[in-house]
Amino acid sequence: MAVEHDLSPDGNSLTIRVKGRFDFGKHQAFRECYEREPVPSKGVVVDLKDATYLDSSALGMLLLLRDHAGGDDAYIRVINASSDVRKILAISNFDKLFEIT
Amino acid sequence: MNEQSSLTVLIAEDGATDRLLLARIVREQGHSVITAENGAQAVALFAELRPQLVLLDALMPVMDGFEAARQIKLMAGQALVPIIFLTSLSEEQALVRCLEAGGDDFLPKPYRPVILAAKIKAMDRLRRLQATVLEQRDELARHHGHLLNEQRVAKAVFDQVTHSGCLNAPNIRYLQSPYALFNGDLLLAAFTPTGEMHVLLGDFTGHGLPAAVGAMPLAEVFYGMTAKGYGLAETLREMNAKLKRILPVDMFCCAMMLSLSFERRLAEVWNGGMPDGYLLPAAGGEPQALVSRHLPLGVLAPERFDEHPEVVSLALGDRLFLLSDGVVDTCDQDEQLFGVERLRQVFARNRAPQHLFEDVLQALEDFRGQSRDDVSMLEISVVEPQTLAPPPLVYSDSGQSSPLDWSLSFEFRAQTLKRFNPLPYLLQVLQEIHGLRPQSGALHSVLNELYTNALEHGVLALDSALKRDAQGFAAYYQERSRRLQALQEGYIRLHLQVEPVAGGGRLVIEIEDSGSGFDVGTVLARPVLEQRLCGRGLSLIRRLSRHAEWADGGRRARVEFAWVALA
Repeated sequence: MAVEHDLSPDGNSLTIRVKGRFDFGKHQAFRECYEREPVPSKGVVVDLKDATYLDSSALGMLLLLRDHAGGDDAYIRVINASSDVRKILAISNFDKLFEIT
Repeated sequence: MNEQSSLTVLIAEDGATDRLLLARIVREQGHSVITAENGAQAVALFAELRPQLVLLDALMPVMDGFEAARQIKLMAGQALVPIIFLTSLSEEQALVRCLEAGGDDFLPKPYRPVILAAKIKAMDRLRRLQATVLEQRDELARHHGHLLNEQRVAKAVFDQVTHSGCLNAPNIRYLQSPYALFNGDLLLAAFTPTGEMHVLLGDFTGHGLPAAVGAMPLAEVFYGMTAKGYGLAETLREMNAKLKRILPVDMFCCAMMLSLSFERRLAEVWNGGMPDGYLLPAAGGEPQALVSRHLPLGVLAPERFDEHPEVVSLALGDRLFLLSDGVVDTCDQDEQLFGVERLRQVFARNRAPQHLFEDVLQALEDFRGQSRDDVSMLEISVVEPQTLAPPPLVYSDSGQSSPLDWSLSFEFRAQTLKRFNPLPYLLQVLQEIHGLRPQSGALHSVLNELYTNALEHGVLALDSALKRDAQGFAAYYQERSRRLQALQEGYIRLHLQVEPVAGGGRLVIEIEDSGSGFDVGTVLARPVLEQRLCGRGLSLIRRLSRHAEWADGGRRARVEFAWVALA
C-alpha cells in the first residue's frame, strides 16, 4: 500500500505515511487511515518523507482530515515534506492550518 | 459451464457427400444449417439469411471460397462472423491465403466432429466477445455525446454569466482554453460604479463537473457586489463565506483578485493560493511578484478569513500579469517543473509586450513538447481612465417616483469604520434620484474620495505625503491597515440633503470627520500632478462636482451636485 498508518503504542497519536504521488488516487486509502477510529488525543502526523508530489486534491484530503480531527481545534503536523511539496503547501498558505516541519 | 448457444451455420461445399456429412455433424451439435454449393450461392444466402458462422470450402466452382470470404466479411461489417475454411490444401501458402481472405480458422479434411464442435464453440466465444465490445463502444460513444452536449450547454450558460463583465475592455488581454471551466479555471472582470476595475483569476480544486459547479455562485457574488460598488475586501469576504457554506470540506478555490483604480493609479491585490502574479513596470526592470499570502477561498470560516490586500502603486503603461498553475506546474518528460525561474527568463527576454502570451506558450512548448490544456493567462495594462468607458448602468424603474425633498444623516463610529464600507448603501439611496443618474459615475467618485479622505487623513491621521514614491506608498497602506485595526475612537458624519429647485434639483453632501483637519489653501495650491499621488483627490472632487468647499480647518467638506428636470 502506498498509504500506511500506525497508532503509537499508547494509542494517543496516529501517523499516516503517504508514498509516491499524493493525489486523488490515494483518496480512499488516505481516508481509511483515520475514519475508522476515534481521533487520538495527541493529534495526527502526516509523514510525507516518501511523497514525491502533491496536487490540489491532496490539499483537499488534508482539509478533510483536519475537519475530521476537529476543524479549528485539530492538531495536525505535516512532517518531512520535500522542498517541492513544501512549495505547494506554501503557495496555498497551509502553514496557517497545519504545523509543517 | 457455458451453455452452448444454438447458431445458424452456413456451409458452402461443392462436394455433395461432404456437404451432407458436414450438415449432419453440425445439426447434431444443435445448430441450424444452411447449405450452398458454391461461393456465389454462399454470398447470396449470407446476404439473405445472415447466419452467424460460415464454413467455407476453399476450392469451389463459380466463385471460390477466398472471394466468397472477402464478400461475406465486407457485408458483415464490424460484427464478427467467423469463417472457418474447409480445406484439403496443406501447403503453407494456401493456408496463409485462407487467413488473408478473411478466414478466422481452418478445418482440415477429413472432418472430425470433435474438432469441429470445439472450433465452432471457440469461434462463438470470439463472436460474442466482439458483439459485447461493439455494444459497449456504442454505449460509450452515446454517453460521450451526451457529456459533450451537456458541457456545451453548461458552457453557454456560464459564458452568459462570466462575460457579462468587462473582459473585452481594451486594456485586458486574456488566454484561456475553451474548456477551462471544466478544469476549474475561472476568469472574471467588471467595473465598479466608480470606474475601478475588479479582476479575478480563480482555480477550483479538481477537474470536470465538481470543479465547475462552484464557479457560478462565485461569479454571481463577484458581479453583484462589484456592480453595487463594494470594494475588494467586502467582495472577498462574501465570496469566501459563500464558498465555505456550499462547498464540501475538501473543495476550495485558489484565487487572485485585483481592484485597480486607474484614476488613483493604484491596485489592491489579494492572492490566496494562486502562483505569483507580476507587476511588469513600463520603465523596465525587475518584475514585482504578487505573492500568495492567504489561504484559498472557501477554506476558512468567515470569522477567521483575512481579506487584507496589499496595495501597489501603478504607473502609466505598467502591466499586471496573472497566470494559472498550468504554466509553472507544466512538467517535462523527467517530471521537472517549468517553474518560476524559467517564467522570469521569458519576461526578461520578451521584447514585444504584445507577444508575451505567445512567448510564454512557446517557452512551454520548447520545454515540454506540448502545452497543458489548463493554461490561463491574463494581462491588464494601466491606461488613462478616460480610455475606458464603463458600461452605463441599467435601471429597471421608470423614475416617476423619485424622492426629491429629503435629508439624511449618519454617524459612523470606530467599530463600524473598521469593517464596514457604507458607500454602496448610500449610493443605492442616491440612485433613486433619476436626475442624478447621468452623473452617477462622478457622484460615486466624489463620494469615494470624500469618504477616503475623511477616513484616512481625518480619522486615521495618515499623512498623504508618505505616498510620494512607491516604497512610501506601500508603507502608507500598511500603516493604514495597522491603524484601522487598532482604531478605538473617531467618527465620520455624513449628511445628504436633496431639494427641488426651479427646473431641477440639488444634492448637497456634507462630510465631517473627527480628525485634526488640514491646510486647505496650501493643498489646493499644489500643482495637479503632485496632487494626484498625495493631494487627497481634491482636484478630482472639484472637477467632478458643481461646487466644493472646505470649512472648519479642513474637517468639514461640502459638495454640491445639481441637475435639470427631465422633460
